[in-house]
Amino acid sequence: MLNKVLKRIVISIPVLIGVVLAIFIMLRIVPGDPVTTMMGEHVNPAVIEKISREMGLDQPMIVQFFKYVFNALRGDFGTSYRLNRNVTQIILDAFPNTVKLSLMAAAVAWLIGIVAGIVAAVRQNKLLDRMFMGCALMGVSMPVFMTALILQYVFAFKLKWFPVSGYDSWKAMVLPAIALGWNSAGSIARMTRSNLVEVMQNDFIRTARAKGLREKGVIIRHALKNAMLPVVTMMALQFSSMLSGAVLTESVFGVPGIGRLAVNGIETRDMPLLQGTVVFTTILIIIGNLIADLLYNVLDPRIREGA
Amino acid sequence: MEKTMTEDKNQVVGSEAMDGQRDKEHIREDLELSAQLGESDSWEDKLKTMVRQNKLAAFSAVILFLIFLAAVFAPVVAPYDHLAQSLTDRLQDPSAAHLLGTDELGRDVLSRIIYGARISLTIGLVPTLISMAIGTVLGLCAGFYGGKVDFIIMRLADVMLAFPSLLLAMVVMYTMGGGLINIFIALSLVNWAGTARIVRSQTLSLKEKEFVEAARSIGVKKWTIMFRHILPNCLPSLIVLFTLNIPSAILSEASLSFLGIGAQPPSASWGLMAVRGKKYLFSEPWLSIAPSAAIMIVVMAFNFLGDGLRDVLDPYLKEQ
Repeated sequence: MLNKVLKRIVISIPVLIGVVLAIFIMLRIVPGDPVTTMMGEHVNPAVIEKISREMGLDQPMIVQFFKYVFNALRGDFGTSYRLNRNVTQIILDAFPNTVKLSLMAAAVAWLIGIVAGIVAAVRQNKLLDRMFMGCALMGVSMPVFMTALILQYVFAFKLKWFPVSGYDSWKAMVLPAIALGWNSAGSIARMTRSNLVEVMQNDFIRTARAKGLREKGVIIRHALKNAMLPVVTMMALQFSSMLSGAVLTESVFGVPGIGRLAVNGIETRDMPLLQGTVVFTTILIIIGNLIADLLYNVLDPRIREGA
Repeated sequence: MEKTMTEDKNQVVGSEAMDGQRDKEHIREDLELSAQLGESDSWEDKLKTMVRQNKLAAFSAVILFLIFLAAVFAPVVAPYDHLAQSLTDRLQDPSAAHLLGTDELGRDVLSRIIYGARISLTIGLVPTLISMAIGTVLGLCAGFYGGKVDFIIMRLADVMLAFPSLLLAMVVMYTMGGGLINIFIALSLVNWAGTARIVRSQTLSLKEKEFVEAARSIGVKKWTIMFRHILPNCLPSLIVLFTLNIPSAILSEASLSFLGIGAQPPSASWGLMAVRGKKYLFSEPWLSIAPSAAIMIVVMAFNFLGDGLRDVLDPYLKEQ
């Protein structure tokens, strides 16, 4: 088991390096000199050269890359062009907001998704099932910003239950969390339902029923345990994708999170800021996927005991 | 494809009454049986099965076909010019003259949504096709050649899949700048890895089949085996995957445009319309809700159609 975990971790290291390298290269094939882009066309060439040297942009790309990786490993993502602050610090300021938002969204998604999925599976092909699955498909198909805008209009503007934007109180975070979690709730509900329906056809379910167990017990003690395995993995994957998908929700509700930073980085052509945010988020997601993968191994006795 | 399906629909209307009597259990059993038999059904039969059993998928195909027509014939269908501004008519409520009202520059929202369908459908279809073509060729090579080729391609795919696709598209947009053409390129280059994985896994099992061995033994060239013998067998999965990849491309474009790093004004991109309408959300909510709803309808229709196609063409894809 330990061996497997180690092996899985070792495998993801080259992917990590590959991802950082890919971002690094993609951001540097920008036509034109980054300093000129930043300062504007009409700046003294000598000044540009001086700044390039200060930023190490005059060195060969491979040297820059290793410097970047080395600094990143020590937690230093460089200095923002525009804000003239350490990128790591900027990210750490914004990160708690995104984490708070994602955690609440995940709670929404897991709760709604699993409950709706179970109910739908139990009432398979009945009206409630059709209704829930219809909603789930709508949830999956709605652009995040549409959910966000509708929530904002109905619950913040019309009903005045929640503030229109903001992020300092938990109340202000409710609408963004639902907006962000809605999509995932849809896919989790669909998956829970289809797995549960499949598991319910197994022989051990028939046995459990035959020995006189009540239907509730059959579902909770026997079926659900088996059906939830892939769902748990999916939940972990969804969480890490929320961290990156938060950008749209953040922009509608004005939450200053990681996603906003990335968009700012693009709008103001602040390469270190964009690079830092993307590298940081992607690393989080790779770690999230790794955890999801390991979780699956730990939870499924067939994999845990076997091979 | 939509055309054949609507034709099929006409043909099966007669037999529908008979089928209606069979209960759902039977139909499901039939479906499973036909899935097991797989190959023996012709394409036409499979599409007929879908139309018969999955009304929603068939309905979605019809809706998509109508939207497609509206997009192609936008100048004829749209009641107004989508770029014509009229400052005296700005921010009007929906009325008989303007079914979905007018925007902040007095442009007719319905006309803009109809023209916007051109953007969304093109973005959905073409970059998806290009990225899937790239993914298919890479997946075929990885699966067929194995060894180092396989290793390099698949590690590259791992790296691509590790990125959240919206972030990756954002990075490409930074490099190339905003605009629809650049979204087009970004989405073409970014989304090949998923296809590559699936094609590779199918190639791995197909290349062990007798017909490939037979082709090899009579000296057919490798590329011919790959593209003439293996590729056609991957087609059902690819078609399903194509239908299911289109909505994510449409959503990516809408999201990028919504964030202001995609389509630029005065483009009638639905995502851009939604974000520009956001300013007036509390007074004129339809300005952003209408284009968002258009996105949802198209995405949902493709999802329904994709689900329906998957059930009849490739029940195994569900497992992957």
